[in-house]
Amino acid sequence: MKYLDEYRDPALARHLLDDLARTATRPWRIMEVCGGQTHTLVRQGIDELLPAGIRMIHGPGCPVCVTPLETLDRAMAVAARPQVVLASFGDMLRVPGTDTELLTLRARGADVRVVYTPMDAVRIARARPDREVVFLAVGFETTAPANAMAVLHAARLGLRNFSMLVSHVLVPPAMTALLDDQDCEVQAFLAAGHVCAVMGWREYEPITARYRVPVVVTGFEPLDLLEGILMAVRQLEEGRHEVQNQYARAVHRLGNAEAQNAVSRVFRVTDRAWRGIGTLPASGLELADAYAEFDATRRFALAATRSTEDPECIAGAILTGARSPTDCTAYGNRCTPLTPLGAPMVSAEGTCAAFFAAGRTREPS
Amino acid sequence: MKSHCPLPHTEGESLLLGHGAGGRLTGRLLDSLVLPALGAVPNGPLEDAALLPGDYELVLSTDPFVVSPLFFPGGDIGSLAVHGTVNDLAMRGALPLALSLAVIAEEGLPFGELRAVLQSAGKAARDASVPVLTGDTKVVERGAADRLFLTTTGVGRRIPGLTPSAGRARPQDVVLLSGPIGLHGTAVLSTREGLGFEAAIASDSCPLHRLVEALGPCGPAVHTLRDPTRGGLAAALNEIASASSVGVEVDEAAIPVPAPVAGACDLLGLDPLIVANEGCLVAFVAPEHADEALAALRSLPEGSDAVRIGRATEDPAARVVMRTLMGAGRVVDMPLGEQLPRIC
Repeated sequence: MKYLDEYRDPALARHLLDDLARTATRPWRIMEVCGGQTHTLVRQGIDELLPAGIRMIHGPGCPVCVTPLETLDRAMAVAARPQVVLASFGDMLRVPGTDTELLTLRARGADVRVVYTPMDAVRIARARPDREVVFLAVGFETTAPANAMAVLHAARLGLRNFSMLVSHVLVPPAMTALLDDQDCEVQAFLAAGHVCAVMGWREYEPITARYRVPVVVTGFEPLDLLEGILMAVRQLEEGRHEVQNQYARAVHRLGNAEAQNAVSRVFRVTDRAWRGIGTLPASGLELADAYAEFDATRRFALAATRSTEDPECIAGAILTGARSPTDCTAYGNRCTPLTPLGAPMVSAEGTCAAFFAAGRTREPS
Repeated sequence: MKSHCPLPHTEGESLLLGHGAGGRLTGRLLDSLVLPALGAVPNGPLEDAALLPGDYELVLSTDPFVVSPLFFPGGDIGSLAVHGTVNDLAMRGALPLALSLAVIAEEGLPFGELRAVLQSAGKAARDASVPVLTGDTKVVERGAADRLFLTTTGVGRRIPGLTPSAGRARPQDVVLLSGPIGLHGTAVLSTREGLGFEAAIASDSCPLHRLVEALGPCGPAVHTLRDPTRGGLAAALNEIASASSVGVEVDEAAIPVPAPVAGACDLLGLDPLIVANEGCLVAFVAPEHADEALAALRSLPEGSDAVRIGRATEDPAARVVMRTLMGAGRVVDMPLGEQLPRIC
């Protein structure tokens, strides 16, 4: 299939793997930031085909996984109210909150709907003026423009029954937080191509300069990833640390100005709690004052919740790449996609779920 | 940075949509509730259709249809209800003798839609040369059902020599697939959600009994037949592996996924392996009869794209392993319960 098959060609993959084997003279640890990339790596088994010594560390870029428990608990508190329609992307429905998850709430009668775009939530609000429609707005810089456009559209339509529970997160602050950690083993990053399609890659230039780590903007197909890894290894071998763009077919240095404008009109940067990681300064987006009327937290006067996490789950260490899912004592027995203890076992982009779906088992110790 | 994460959620006290999706949740529901309640033995091989006790020539199957929307490219709930049951009978090696059709309709359903659906069911039955001998109609108040649900029950007679069963696959069997995967699920989803793939994708819904008839000369060498409906190819292969205690190895490059299906699945984050089909079958055939079986499938239009996708192996753990395009091995697990409710 055009635009897909050419990035999945086994012969070219073999060629890149051979190139990689010739280039790498010693072990390197590279983090792919984005959950979509983790999904491709594990699904195609690419990480197991890499030359010995090249280790991929799976990063925190799964939006479902890092959405804080408090946000989920709040979403469930709103969804449980009468006259409310809670609209969300499908993956969020199975993520465990403190007491239950949205899927179970729906079975009990809450009006929880899966949508494919925030504009669907706006459409529902328009069609049902007798209902309060709340969209659970999560994700990285990739989904922020569409969510911003939905708010702008709702404002234009004068909708009074549409609001958002916003928990957007930003990639660069997470990367610097990882690099500031003394235990950080990451020597190079594959940056997420889709995030950079929106934001460009200027934001990563200070990171490569300050921390002396290579950053390669990389796509999501198997050959994209292999080429991105090869570019990162070349930089490491040659002692370079710069931003390189593997995903040139979609990404420019300055990104998409129109998308960035929509985001900066509707949202402002704020401190954000990342599930399993903690609060990172200036790492998220919230609605700007001009659009505060669309903030579900205000509209429903949502109080802070008493949210508690499972003590056995090591999601935090997995999201930062410090541990692997197969290191977890709960992996594959108490924690499965059917009974997830933590969010990384839920989303297809979650590292634990990707490992489980690919049938990876705990090493006998 | 701190490392912590969430509380376990408790086992739910009520049904979830996923319990009807044909994956792990469905299996759990059958084993823990349905089968014990009915006095059946849990964990036995679950077949598409049952042999009538005392008469191993006659086969019985039943299936309710709740697809939304009622009409979709390539079919509608009427033709689907006929094909679904004809195919379940065929997977036990049987040709359909008779069908029953039960209708549950919601108050307010336009006569025009009911007529169109039933005429379509009638045509599908005639095309499959099976009479609809009996039926019943109930109308429920508005809101008590979503427009129209159909249930078909079928009786079939086994083709002499064919005794396929989910539990009869053997190591070294060749795995054949009669056509491309992913069409039905993506066609229904696209129509329902207005995703815009409708023009490019039509459901593969069709009767499969003639393909099975064509396999007749291979006789007992046809060990297992399955139509990969809910849960897709991944569920079908896992069910066979587990019922027969064999491993299954398939080759990703050999599995035909039409380009529009691949594109739709990529956009929606779906795996074509778990998307429902209504017009293809997988066959586990003894290796010495594999070429003959493949030629038989290809001799009919509905099997013209039949391919060999892999083989069964010696594996007590009953794993399904796919050789990925990149050449690595990946375990293909039983789907959990797909995110695509009311696909059939």
